[in-house]
Amino acid sequence: MTTSTIHDIGYRRYEGRRLGRAYVLRSLFVHNLRAAFGLGRPARSKVMPFLLGLIVLVPALADVGAVSITHRPELLIHYSAYPIQVQVIVAIFLAAQAPVLASRDLRHHTVPLYFSRPVGHLDYVLAKVAAMVTALFALMAVPVTVLYAGGLIAKVPHRADHLGHYLGALVGCALFAVVLAAIGTVVAAFTPRRGFGVAAVIAVYLLPTVFVRLVQAIAEERTDFTLEAWMGLFAPFNLVDIVQVRLLGAPQTATGIPPGVTGGLVALAVCAALAGGSVAVLYARFRKAGLS
Amino acid sequence: MNATIAMITFRAMLGRRRAVLLFALPLLLAVLAALMRVLDASDLDTAAAVLHGFGFAVLLPLLALIAGTGVIGPEIDDGQIMYVLTKPIPRHTVVLTKLAVAIALVTVFAVVPILLTGLLMAGGTAQLAPAFAAGALAGGITYTAVFVALAVISRNAAVIGLLYVLVWESLLGNFAPGARSASIQQWALSVTDALTPTSYVHASVDLPVAAPLLVAVAAAGAVLAVVRLRSLSVVAAE
Repeated sequence: MTTSTIHDIGYRRYEGRRLGRAYVLRSLFVHNLRAAFGLGRPARSKVMPFLLGLIVLVPALADVGAVSITHRPELLIHYSAYPIQVQVIVAIFLAAQAPVLASRDLRHHTVPLYFSRPVGHLDYVLAKVAAMVTALFALMAVPVTVLYAGGLIAKVPHRADHLGHYLGALVGCALFAVVLAAIGTVVAAFTPRRGFGVAAVIAVYLLPTVFVRLVQAIAEERTDFTLEAWMGLFAPFNLVDIVQVRLLGAPQTATGIPPGVTGGLVALAVCAALAGGSVAVLYARFRKAGLS
Repeated sequence: MNATIAMITFRAMLGRRRAVLLFALPLLLAVLAALMRVLDASDLDTAAAVLHGFGFAVLLPLLALIAGTGVIGPEIDDGQIMYVLTKPIPRHTVVLTKLAVAIALVTVFAVVPILLTGLLMAGGTAQLAPAFAAGALAGGITYTAVFVALAVISRNAAVIGLLYVLVWESLLGNFAPGARSASIQQWALSVTDALTPTSYVHASVDLPVAAPLLVAVAAAGAVLAVVRLRSLSVVAAE
């Protein structure tokens, strides 16, 4: 029979200054934002985000070139319309990078390593979502800024109006980023298997979008414009365009735009519910992760 | 063909929650068809639009992408493929088995739902449902072979596949007719076009051109996958 004893070999608490919650949040945010573009990772992780970032710029550059060569300012794409016109690329970026942020820790069972340190569950989730939002915002805001700067260089008339539209479009980009990041990170957090996350995120974007478009086409054919307008709430890009048109005064790009400020407020409420719900679901998901 | 590999692959694809995604995709097509029924919009025109716009443009490539990259991609990524490759099984058997599993999945979750949706929306009119099912099967096999080859070649297979399907076939196809002719979707549609007499289905490529292309691309995909799997170098997962 052996008796075991615990020897006091002089364990000590750390009693120095702690860096605090803000530092934790900032570190996680920066780490995740870098991961969203593959920075600090091997080259093959950087290829896709930067390739997609380049592709998303091409139409803006081509448009600015066309405007400055032909001197026809009406050719300049509306700033608020740009994210909708390149929505497929933005969605592919989301599908490619949301699993990088949301599934990798789950796949490699490294979540408990974070929570064995003074990292709050909510902070961890907020940092991830905020990083995805920032990455998506950068992806959409850079080409919109190129359009604006190109317009200034080409000396398009009504500069003051353009500044207003540009700032409105930036708010729109932020809203696009919030809605997309909310959807993408949740879906990716539930599909840790590699490749599945990409397909699941794109499916969740693509299916409602195509579904809504088909129903809208039929509703229009039957002159049922109420159904056509309200169906817009169910497709992510159409949803945010409702807010852009009704609350930010942008010209209409998507098909279904419900009438009046009410339509805009309903759409904004849906966006807020998506963002809030996403953080809540992610919080529940990561709190349990790795403990089983 | 190797029964054990097939069984393991089926289990990996359908195990746990993964099957939910595979079931959800065709379910939405069925909901769409039912909705058209309720809205009383089930004429031949709408049926062709739904089967083409949703079935061919979204459901079929997406399922082929999930199945094609899913049967082999994750195994290569986490290194488990080594347990298969170190067994005395020819590499072409491994690839062909996985390809067959992926095609079976595409048939069950995309081709059959397209057939059923077609029957629900158009009935037996103009052989629309069987024509679309035949096109979906032909296109599905080619898509799957291409995506399996992509999954063996690249780790970004899913994203490259999406770029091909969404940017090349859908986006560029609207602007550049040349890009439209060089797309699996149009070749599959030409099979459908040849089988149904209605004028609502129109492919930009003729069947005598499209059919050999479908076969050639599928064969090239399978061969490429075998060749690349022969000299696969397993690097550490990122």
